[in-house]
Amino acid sequence: MNQDSIIYFENVSKWFGDFQVLKGINLEVNKGEKIVVCGPSGSGKSTMIRCINRLEEHQEGKIIVDGTELTGNVKNIDTVRREVGMVFQQFNLFPHLSILDNCTLAPIWVRKMPKVEATELAMQYLKRVQIEDQVHKFPNQLSGGQQQRAAIARALCMQPRLMLFDEPTSALDPEMIKEVLDVMIGLAQDGMTMLVVTHEMGFAKEVADRIVFMDEGQIVEAKAPKEFFENPDSERTKLFLSQIL
Amino acid sequence: MHSLNWIKQNLFSTWLNSIVSIVLIYFLASVIPPLLDWFIFEATFIADDRTGCTTEGACWAVVGARFYQFMYGFYPTEEVWRVNLVYAMLPFGIAPLLWDKIPFRKQFLFFSMAYPFLVFFLLYGGPGLSSVASNKWGGLLVTLFLGLGGILIAFPLSIFLALGRRSKMPAILTLCIVFIEFIRGVPLITLLFFGNIMLPLFLPEGINLDTIIRALVAVTIFQAAYGAEVIRGGLQAMPKGQYEAAQALGLSYWQMNYKIILPQALKITIPALVNTAIGLFKDTSLVLLIGLLDLLGIGRAALADTKWMALHVEVYVFIAGIFFIFCFGFSRYSLYLERKLNTDNDGENK
Repeated sequence: MNQDSIIYFENVSKWFGDFQVLKGINLEVNKGEKIVVCGPSGSGKSTMIRCINRLEEHQEGKIIVDGTELTGNVKNIDTVRREVGMVFQQFNLFPHLSILDNCTLAPIWVRKMPKVEATELAMQYLKRVQIEDQVHKFPNQLSGGQQQRAAIARALCMQPRLMLFDEPTSALDPEMIKEVLDVMIGLAQDGMTMLVVTHEMGFAKEVADRIVFMDEGQIVEAKAPKEFFENPDSERTKLFLSQIL
Repeated sequence: MHSLNWIKQNLFSTWLNSIVSIVLIYFLASVIPPLLDWFIFEATFIADDRTGCTTEGACWAVVGARFYQFMYGFYPTEEVWRVNLVYAMLPFGIAPLLWDKIPFRKQFLFFSMAYPFLVFFLLYGGPGLSSVASNKWGGLLVTLFLGLGGILIAFPLSIFLALGRRSKMPAILTLCIVFIEFIRGVPLITLLFFGNIMLPLFLPEGINLDTIIRALVAVTIFQAAYGAEVIRGGLQAMPKGQYEAAQALGLSYWQMNYKIILPQALKITIPALVNTAIGLFKDTSLVLLIGLLDLLGIGRAALADTKWMALHVEVYVFIAGIFFIFCFGFSRYSLYLERKLNTDNDGENK
């Protein structure tokens, strides 16, 4: 494990019943790195990134996030979750709270931030994702793209040290994908450490430091984009690329 | 002209519509006047006994003569100001729980918390007040004490039971399942008898719970079990993503439930919760079987009086009217809540 490592997977395995979803995953991500995870559906990519904030529990191996090892220890889990932001495919905004309240909730309750300060912080991020004029609306009154941008702002309000994106554009209409990707590109340019599960290969080419290709619970290949697209090692990667490009 | 248009559009828009309207108008025209006659125009409001009711209509004099008992039971007349004070303070005790936008809500909430203790002190007596045992209470007093008391105390219990039944901790889970299933599995009347006869056997010597407190315990745990199942239904309807988003933000179990899950789960269970609350409010009448005289019990006592015998319709209509006012209030309040909490696109909210 090197000095700059913020995520460290060592031989991580996980089963759903008899079915093994993750088969001995080894992966190390450095601070500031942007990783795009791709692969066919059912390959375990979502499960892998959900292990990072313990939404899924791994059964074998070792996961260390920002110096904290994930075990059954609830304190460790809380510590990790405070530092890891997550954006979901289905946005998962809280429909009973306004956009602003969605964003200030965790800073106020988890970080114990005064309300005024949390509101200022939230407005700053909501401006950044360009929905500062919608902040008093409820999630269901916004378009999908706006909701996903609000969800990104909500995660950023916890000022996380790393961000996980679990297929953030898969539930969006095509014309809204770009507005969300633009926000993510901006975030990447600011130096945020990001793990993104996505099929948006344009995004991967532009932003990723490494592309991780998974199949059947294993990491098949992990390379810089140029290498990955032009010179893949495995047959499975070639087949996958031929299908999606 | 406006109203003529309205009538045309809404009552006589098609042939079928016109026929239905005419039949209904005829029906109402033949039913309402006789009812009004019976209720008001032909009714007797003041009389010394039933022989004084010589007109064709209702003999409301029985209600007047028994009004004190309907409201207070056999509470001593010189102490009745205590009950009146409890009644008068009730709106102030409940309003801050029901509406979040009343002025000085924070201050009123303290009063709401003190209110149950005030009620106890005032009704029972204590330092400075002579004691009035619950066998002197009756009528609306008993109905409200058990009905509102049961509903309000049971509500938080329901929430904990519902959460417990979804707990991953086996001890809590088993406890909640056994409690809920046992209570739901027996009729309320059994619980009332159980509370009245068997509860004293389980309590340490020297602790003697009053009959009405035993009834309150029975009514409360009954409502808690039913409410728990309703709320559990709401919890189950929550998408997994809501839990995950809350966890990913670092919220603790209690924060997640308090801020994210319960507000949404309770919102969708409002109609069903109010339904069970209304059911319980009316079921409190069963306490007449363990010797407490609620509204219905007082009504039956009035009917047993030779002076007012056989005035069943008047007495039951009056009692039904009082129950209706409260239950209708509950259901209007639930509609108001549903509308207020609607945050969908079609909502009037903001």
